[in-house]
Amino acid sequence: MSKLGLKVSNLSHFYGPKCALNNISFEVENGHFCALLGPNGAGKSTLYALLCRLFSAQDGEIAIDGLRLSENPRLALARMGIVFQHPTLDLDLTVRQNLNYFAGLHGISGKTARIAISEALHRLQMAEREHEKVRALNGGHRRRMEIARALIHKPSVLLLDEPTVGLDAQTRRQITEHVHDLASRDGLTVMWATHLVDEVWPDDRLLILHRGDIICDSVAKDISQKRSLAETFAELTESEGA
Amino acid sequence: MTLLLRAMSAIISRETLRFVSQRGRFIASLVRPLVWLIVFAAGFRAALGLSITPPYQTYITYEIYIVPGLCGMVQLFNGMQSSLSLVYDREMGSMRLLLTSPMPRWWLLFSKLLAGTLVSIVQVYAFLLISGLFGIDFSPLGYLYAFPALVLNGLMLGALGLFLSSTIKQLENFAGVMNFVIFPMFFLSTALYPLWKMAEASTLLRDICAFNPFSHAVELLRFALYGQFNGTALIWVVVSLAVFLGASIWGYNPARGKIIGR
Repeated sequence: MSKLGLKVSNLSHFYGPKCALNNISFEVENGHFCALLGPNGAGKSTLYALLCRLFSAQDGEIAIDGLRLSENPRLALARMGIVFQHPTLDLDLTVRQNLNYFAGLHGISGKTARIAISEALHRLQMAEREHEKVRALNGGHRRRMEIARALIHKPSVLLLDEPTVGLDAQTRRQITEHVHDLASRDGLTVMWATHLVDEVWPDDRLLILHRGDIICDSVAKDISQKRSLAETFAELTESEGA
Repeated sequence: MTLLLRAMSAIISRETLRFVSQRGRFIASLVRPLVWLIVFAAGFRAALGLSITPPYQTYITYEIYIVPGLCGMVQLFNGMQSSLSLVYDREMGSMRLLLTSPMPRWWLLFSKLLAGTLVSIVQVYAFLLISGLFGIDFSPLGYLYAFPALVLNGLMLGALGLFLSSTIKQLENFAGVMNFVIFPMFFLSTALYPLWKMAEASTLLRDICAFNPFSHAVELLRFALYGQFNGTALIWVVVSLAVFLGASIWGYNPARGKIIGR
């Protein structure tokens, strides 16, 4: 049995009396791409905030690459690459200055940082833009840069929270393909949150989150079968919501 | 330890780059105290007589009295500006990058604080340099002794700003904090008038000024600029720093679950 990249057990979270996540559990094996599909307000961002420890879990447990987040938060965070829903870049600094800052936050500097940054930029075809100010980049390049940044410290788990929001169809497809490659080719465990069904591939592991509950956990092609995933997703979330 | 220092160095480097790219902020930080020094102090010079009180050994003009207070003002505004940028970072998302670093959160916050302090010290020395051009200068040792006082004061005022930023949910609420924190802290202190002068107006005002940590920050610097040591002020500043820093670390504790919003 392969090692687990991500394990969530009986996780619950409340905002006051409102339940955002209701006792959810799931596992993602190493090197697998897992899509987390859910409509707006399903609890995806809350789950991500808990996974990357912006909040502490009120109830339940999270393990990253075998490390329990509550017991080893720093080691677990070191193995995580994160792409947030909203851009987290300094617009007035250059691409490399932004990446240097991130590398430093992970304790990487000097030659090691230079090499890691160059590798990450090459991988995302961003090398020629390293000295440009981020403000001068378009939305697609900024997103690619954020993905490159999340890979600098060579994480084993990559978490992306709706990374293609606001991008055109072609850029969305390129980024989706690239991140799928990261899982299949480089063995990264990927968790990709989205509300756009066309970003989910038939062989992807698929979790559907709705109103704080996981209402479906399977392989995408097995869930949709003869119908399109869009129809199945709409039916599941509508019937659950009714 | 090396990893921690690398993270600190990255944070300081980022803040420095941001500061260098924001020339307007630097100019504003100098214009504000200079207006006080040139306009306000000149007007009050005739109206206010200042007796000989430590660390002064002779009668001084009001401009000389006010300079340490204006240095404090630079650091007070800088602390609040850093706090404002933290609220902005949080709203814009870049705070998440900092808080998801594998380094201890208290270290990250302290590094951020230190970076802001160093930026404020550059501003203070630039102000002191210009004050020197107006004839208000100190001995070389005075400038040297001022440095540790400026570090402590900057950390203390920055920690207050850090704590405030953890309690403010929206950027829009920040103006209220400016009005309710910066102005009372500045005016109810020894920055503009000595305590004995305040006591002439009201003993209550004098007591409030004596309790205000900003007064002690100003006095610590005032004595240092004259090569003297003010132990009471040092204790006040260090204790205030510990309280504000502790409150900030509490404010940014992930268990509180409120700092990032949803």
